[in-house]
Amino acid sequence: MIAMDNARLIELVRSVAGTAEEVKNTTPLSLSIDASALILVCEQLHKNPETYFDMLTCVTGVDNGPEANTMEVIYQLYSIPFNHSLMLKVILPRENPEIESVTSIWKSADWLEREVFDMFGIVFKNHPDLRRILMPADWNGYPLRKDYKHEETYRGIKID
Amino acid sequence: MKGLLDQQFENGGVIITKVDDLLNWSRLSSLFPMTFGLACCAIEFMSTGSTVYDMDRFGMVPRATPRQSDVMIVSGTVTFKMADRIKQLYEQMAEPRYVISMGSCSNCGGPYWQHGYHVVKGVDRIVPVDVYVPGCPPRPEALIGGILKLHEKIRNESRMKPTALENLIDRNG
Repeated sequence: MIAMDNARLIELVRSVAGTAEEVKNTTPLSLSIDASALILVCEQLHKNPETYFDMLTCVTGVDNGPEANTMEVIYQLYSIPFNHSLMLKVILPRENPEIESVTSIWKSADWLEREVFDMFGIVFKNHPDLRRILMPADWNGYPLRKDYKHEETYRGIKID
Repeated sequence: MKGLLDQQFENGGVIITKVDDLLNWSRLSSLFPMTFGLACCAIEFMSTGSTVYDMDRFGMVPRATPRQSDVMIVSGTVTFKMADRIKQLYEQMAEPRYVISMGSCSNCGGPYWQHGYHVVKGVDRIVPVDVYVPGCPPRPEALIGGILKLHEKIRNESRMKPTALENLIDRNG
């Protein structure tokens, strides 16, 4: 079995998502897709015998700040049998960022998405157990947002 | 050949001392620390217990429960999520109890002092601390230095003037 080259990978993602913009100068190949197409694309990449991305290595959140007014969710995919990788990028609005959860495809998305939710407040729809994973359950705010300001005290202890 | 104690006390077998001295000596010679570590400082704490540094020569044997512990060594970063647990563990320890704050993080927040929204800037905001050990992380020698400082403090305690009462008097001044 030979791994798909980048050109064919782009073609495959475009055929499912409609549009997929290539992010220049990245390793591995990075494709920016529409939030609504995420589940379809991921399902295809997961089950297609030529891509077989059987592992979701990492889910990252990015806050581009109030000026750009966007947030990003980045998925790092890896295929163990083909030894190839792909990065999927989804851009979301900064107000009420919401995206479909990929836990139905990769179980590892469970905790990864919880971390992104905890730090950025991005809501993953249809996630089985979306609650904070790092911060205490009664913490207010999402610490890695660019405009985050912590509170004066937490349970009577000064934060500074 | 007779041992040192036999040579010194063979006549009568009686020692005269102050109750304070006897209790302090017994207390400081068997300080049981709580098995408890929060970050990289805990690795140095573990080294202190290893054969090279041999914490046991001070009569220190880690206990797995706060009920049997005399000293809590806060070894590492105290996060807000952990703060409640530390407080609870401290409250579960029986008097007299002591706290050693080990390393920069638990002394004052360490490298998280400015942007660490999740770190308590010093464990002394939650529980009273007896000895601060500087370092990031402190070497086992430094921790042993802290333990000896605590010995010094205990050696000078008096049953006639308990610390808690002293603090109360100071506060109402």
